[in-house]
Amino acid sequence: MTSNPPNVYLPDMATIQEVIQETPAIKTFRVTLNNADRMQAFSFEPGQVGQLSVIGVGESTFVINSPPTRKEYLQFSVMKVGELTSRLHTLKAGDQIGVRAPLGNAFPYDSMRGRDIVFVGGGIGMAPLRTLLLYMLDNRAEYGKITLLYGARSPHDMAFSYEVEEWLQRDDMHTVLTVDNGTPEWQHKVGLIPNILKEIGPSPENAVAVTCGPPIMIKFTVQALQELGFGDEQIVTTLEKRMKCGVGICGRCNIGSSYVCKDGPVYTLAQLKELPGEM
Amino acid sequence: MSTARFLKARDIAPWLEELGREYTVLAPTRHGDTVVFREFEPERGIELDRLSTTPAKKALLPPCETLFEYATTKTDTPPYRTSIELRPTLPEGKILLFGTRPCDARAMQIFDRVYDGEQVKDPYYTARRNAATIVTLACSGQAGTCFCDRVGGSPVDATGSDVLLTPLKAGYVAEALTEKGMELMRDTAFMKADGLRQEALNVRNRILEEVPERTSFLDMERNLLSLFGDLGFWDKTAESCLSCGACTYLCPTCYCFNITDEPHGDSGKRIRTWDNCMSSQFTLEGSGHNPRPTKAHRMRNRIGHKFSYYPQLHDKTLACVGCGRCISNCPVSFDIRNAVACAIQHAAANAQEHAHD
Ligand SMILES: Cc1cc2nc3c(=O)[nH]c(=O)nc-3n(C[C@H](O)[C@H](O)[C@H](O)COP(=O)(O)OP(=O)(O)OC[C@H]3O[C@@H](n4cnc5c(N)ncnc54)[C@H](O)[C@@H]3O)c2cc1C
Ligand code: SF4
Ligand code: SF4
Ligand code: FES
Repeated sequence: MTSNPPNVYLPDMATIQEVIQETPAIKTFRVTLNNADRMQAFSFEPGQVGQLSVIGVGESTFVINSPPTRKEYLQFSVMKVGELTSRLHTLKAGDQIGVRAPLGNAFPYDSMRGRDIVFVGGGIGMAPLRTLLLYMLDNRAEYGKITLLYGARSPHDMAFSYEVEEWLQRDDMHTVLTVDNGTPEWQHKVGLIPNILKEIGPSPENAVAVTCGPPIMIKFTVQALQELGFGDEQIVTTLEKRMKCGVGICGRCNIGSSYVCKDGPVYTLAQLKELPGEM
Repeated sequence: MSTARFLKARDIAPWLEELGREYTVLAPTRHGDTVVFREFEPERGIELDRLSTTPAKKALLPPCETLFEYATTKTDTPPYRTSIELRPTLPEGKILLFGTRPCDARAMQIFDRVYDGEQVKDPYYTARRNAATIVTLACSGQAGTCFCDRVGGSPVDATGSDVLLTPLKAGYVAEALTEKGMELMRDTAFMKADGLRQEALNVRNRILEEVPERTSFLDMERNLLSLFGDLGFWDKTAESCLSCGACTYLCPTCYCFNITDEPHGDSGKRIRTWDNCMSSQFTLEGSGHNPRPTKAHRMRNRIGHKFSYYPQLHDKTLACVGCGRCISNCPVSFDIRNAVACAIQHAAANAQEHAHD
């Protein structure tokens, strides 16, 4: 039976193709929609999110972190923090999950063309940045200098380690890693992200900074960026807010008159300043 | 052809009973000391003398509703794959809302802009909405807690209604305002009453004359923005609030919902239930972080949504219809009228201060 209008609450059932253990707390899931036509037609832009369901448990929001230029699967990286994420972590290749995607807006990657890009990611906040970064690396000539500062609590909390190695090697981007607590083997920085950011001191000239991470990290990173001379329009962030419907109806995710599920999750600092401070 | 009929008071209950065969009929009925809006049953009767304590919104957005049912099956040979089938449960059947008040009918249009918007449509809501006929009773006068006139409505406002009833002696003049309303009235045995239209209009005008002159809460959405940063103001405003949420559940325009799963073995359902933004749980995140940690934040959001955010998004229409339910049912007598009036004053004072900077 088809319903008219389309049922925005009904997930597409999908099959997990591969599970990658990124860190003790983070797993990456590569999934394909069971309906081949829907999978074929699926398109999204970097920054957009999806609602993943473990049917019988519930739904939560995760960034689609496969680059849009690679279409064989959809990828989500999930940090285990509570009920649903713990259940997701028990799933294996072949298991079924529900997917409602894509939802939300995207990074303004068009207006970023020709500019220097500074990525600042903390913990699982690296997931949305990764999509945009991979997109830019796939279209490398269109962007200026790319700097990545990626921080985690400790070396074994760094997700995407297989790619981080590659990013460190590349000479068309500058990658800096930092952890709060080092180990004897750790060869990179030790220190909080905002401090390391000030140390690297990227120039705000024709640049855009994109940051994502825990709220407290975003707060101090934004301050550091401002100290470095980045203007409100030059600071882009992606917010986490509890979501339910994901389509602007249920009233869960608003900050003032803006609904993170449809007007976000990507905002410039200039946009956020117009809204009540409910980060 | 216009359709006006005269409904004798004593003929209404039998008529609703008859309509019950074709429609799910909801009407205000007495329940102990209160009046609640619920499914009509002849033995319960109807109570049209005062505004119901519970609003009519549940006819379109039930307090608990199934979005889909699911069933899980496992193959019993290797590789033991699981498959999950989802079955959406869209509502069917016609609905008649009888005896809503103008504020309740207006509230439906406030829902419409969100649930039946241009970009997104909620299929459950729209199925009910399209199948619903709304028969509104004009109020004979305002109660002490009513302030529909200050938020863009009035005691005789027909916005959002399919039929408007105007009280006359011993009955009501029913005027159909929409195609659905005409259909409902056309098929009745009630006396044609086009001659009573003028009298009904006179009655409504007399009711309107009784509405006091007082300040309106319209066009304040931008002014209130200056208060967002003033948490101290909201702290004071929310001081006595218990975060119980009675105000949100009884509000005809509050439409937030939660989505949860209810498993029973290998099958189960996903449901949605009314939710309450006055609770600290509403925005609490897995990490323990809460973007609205205090009741001041939550009060700011509730009042902000109704008097600033929603009107900014929807052509200046306020998301409060002035029914006063949140005032008369709050355990600590929080009065949203005072809070908004105070906020408007405060915002004006802020603006003045800035002008002198
Ligand atoms: C736009 C957006 C993108 C996100 N992207 C990712 C991602 O790529 N990877 C990732 O691991 N996490 C991401 N998150 C956070 C993720 O949604 C939560 O960690 C997850 O919902 C926790 O669910 P839980 O049931 O395990 O936690 P519980 O604490 O058991 O959940 C309780 C409730 O709170 C909600 N909730 C809890 N924490 C958060 C949170 N931080 N943000 C939003 N809702 C929360 C849950 O949905 C649930 O309704 C994102 C959140 C948003 C809003
Ligand atoms: S009904 Fe009154 S006490 Fe309860 S949440 Fe609303 S304002 Fe607060
Ligand atoms: S906020 Fe209060 S007065 Fe306004 S519509 Fe809701 S319950 Fe009625
Ligand atoms: S998640 Fe429902 S309105 Fe944003």
